[in-house]
Amino acid sequence: MTLFLLTLLNGLTLAGLYFLVASGFSLVFGLMRNINLAHGSLYLLGGYIGYSTFRATGSWELGVVVGTLSMAAAGVLLQYFIFRFMEGEELRQTLVTIALSIVAADLMLWYWGGTAYQFTTPDWIRGAVSLPFTPLRYPTYRLAILVAAVVVGIALWLFLNRTRIGMMVRAGVDDKDMLAASGVNVQLLFCVTFAIGAGLAGLAGVLGGSYLSLAPGEDMRFLLASLIVVIVGGMGSIVGAGIGAVLIGLTEQFGLAYAPAYAPVYTFLILVFVLAFRPQGIVGRPLQS
Amino acid sequence: MASVLDETPRTNDGTLARLVRSLRWYYVAMIAFLLIYPLITGGFWTVQIGAQTLILGTIALSLMLLAGYGGMVSLSQLTIAGLAGYMIAVFGGASGGLGLGWPPFVAIPMAIAVATLFATLVGVISVRTEGIYTIMITLAVGMAFYFFVLQNREIFNAFDGFAGLRPPLVLGINMREANNFYFFCLAIAGFGYCLVLYLSRAPFGLALQAVRDNPRRMRALGFNIQAHRVAAHALAGFLAALGGMLLVWMNGQISPGSVGIAPLISILIIAILGGIRHPVGPFIGALIFVLLDNFAMQLIGGDRFNTVIGLIFLVIVLFSPDGVLGLWKMFRNRLRRQPQDSVESRTE
Repeated sequence: MTLFLLTLLNGLTLAGLYFLVASGFSLVFGLMRNINLAHGSLYLLGGYIGYSTFRATGSWELGVVVGTLSMAAAGVLLQYFIFRFMEGEELRQTLVTIALSIVAADLMLWYWGGTAYQFTTPDWIRGAVSLPFTPLRYPTYRLAILVAAVVVGIALWLFLNRTRIGMMVRAGVDDKDMLAASGVNVQLLFCVTFAIGAGLAGLAGVLGGSYLSLAPGEDMRFLLASLIVVIVGGMGSIVGAGIGAVLIGLTEQFGLAYAPAYAPVYTFLILVFVLAFRPQGIVGRPLQS
Repeated sequence: MASVLDETPRTNDGTLARLVRSLRWYYVAMIAFLLIYPLITGGFWTVQIGAQTLILGTIALSLMLLAGYGGMVSLSQLTIAGLAGYMIAVFGGASGGLGLGWPPFVAIPMAIAVATLFATLVGVISVRTEGIYTIMITLAVGMAFYFFVLQNREIFNAFDGFAGLRPPLVLGINMREANNFYFFCLAIAGFGYCLVLYLSRAPFGLALQAVRDNPRRMRALGFNIQAHRVAAHALAGFLAALGGMLLVWMNGQISPGSVGIAPLISILIIAILGGIRHPVGPFIGALIFVLLDNFAMQLIGGDRFNTVIGLIFLVIVLFSPDGVLGLWKMFRNRLRRQPQDSVESRTE
């Protein structure tokens, strides 16, 4: 029972982290049809920059802010200098962002080296809390990630469904040309959306660096996790990213706890299963071709 | 919209005939060069540069077949090659008493068959998706395979993999000798090249290209487009498996690192770098890649190989979507001061 509860909580906190990364990926794809396979690099770079800030100033909170904002800026640069020139060319976007992620991974390895870094979390989220109705104590920080993911998820949902900019974003998903014709500066909207998506990756980088660790290879791990989460959940949907993240996070952790030898395969089986019966993802809409 | 025959530039003046004649010259010279290449170079150049280019070119050729003719970019071609290599070790046996120890004439066809079957399965799954989804699902397949072999000790020997893999003696010819191995690789690569070139004109290949250009029209004409795509995956898988067999013999070992994300992406880089419009592209890409891999460090110092290859890849995809072949075509057209004679159109 204890193992089950612990695994459940671990799965949910991992799902929280996956959601933070994947929702940004999904947002960017949903609105602009931009495939950003450098999303994992944004995660790791945000984490590294946050870590360097943390080392220089000693403030974890400042690390979170700088990590998030620097990646939001990187997202604007990506949209302005790269994606603006290849709208609708999916294959070229894929190849260009793969090239960027290769260069970024190598330069990060050069600058930050191959050692794994981990943040020291500030006092107010260090330690463990007793969970009500159970004999368990669980690390506060992990619960904080879960809370952060839920808050970000609700905020994103409110942003998309209750604000004027969110309305424009949703209109852009349905018909970009019509939106531009009705006087909206679509390029600016794209930059804002990309900034949010990339900023979420940076935020997840710092939070993930405090929970797991920052090391070469984590970029690919989180890129792959984002891909699987959004394929399973459905591209371009925040709710889909949430469902996908919970499903994949729980599968990974329960697989590791109860049958560790084949843990990576279960995630993959879910992917195959979803693609076989619902290629557009659990809450995704069918592709218009 | 491109017609199914748009692979050949068609012109009404005499340039086509001249082109064909010069192309033939080119072919003869190339074949002669490839045949005498090991005789004028040494062991390092024969195997590390020559054979490796042919092997990586063959694996990238399988991607070119899928992406160029079928419009399906698959990142799992190296995974299939890796599976063939692993199966050769598992069926044929490796150092340390690992593997089943079957005789080569059973183990090798079995290994190729298993890898081809796996490629067909990947095809069955991935043809349900299109465009970017195909890339994602095949990337996920490749990564799942990597993590699986990393964790599985019973079959794949986990982190250690297999070592001591050597090509068998065939009809008394020692394949382990550098020149023989080179010629063996040349034969397989030549077979693959001719097969893919033949496919560009064969009914199946034409139908595949038509499916790439307009799946809806082909379905209306009564073609089973899913079956064509799966068959393309199977055929490409067979080519990749042949390449994987050679690769494992050249390296003498295989481990999870051989099928990780970096080599997976390398195959994509090779195919795109050379160009996916013609089967010669992957081999040009492989030559550039292998030369950079071996000499970039001496040129720029340090070990920033990935930065160099990534930047070159970036420049190519930004400025010439058809790779080096596309650059060559642009150069040739500019030289002749005539508009580009074949407008390549891509499917979205």
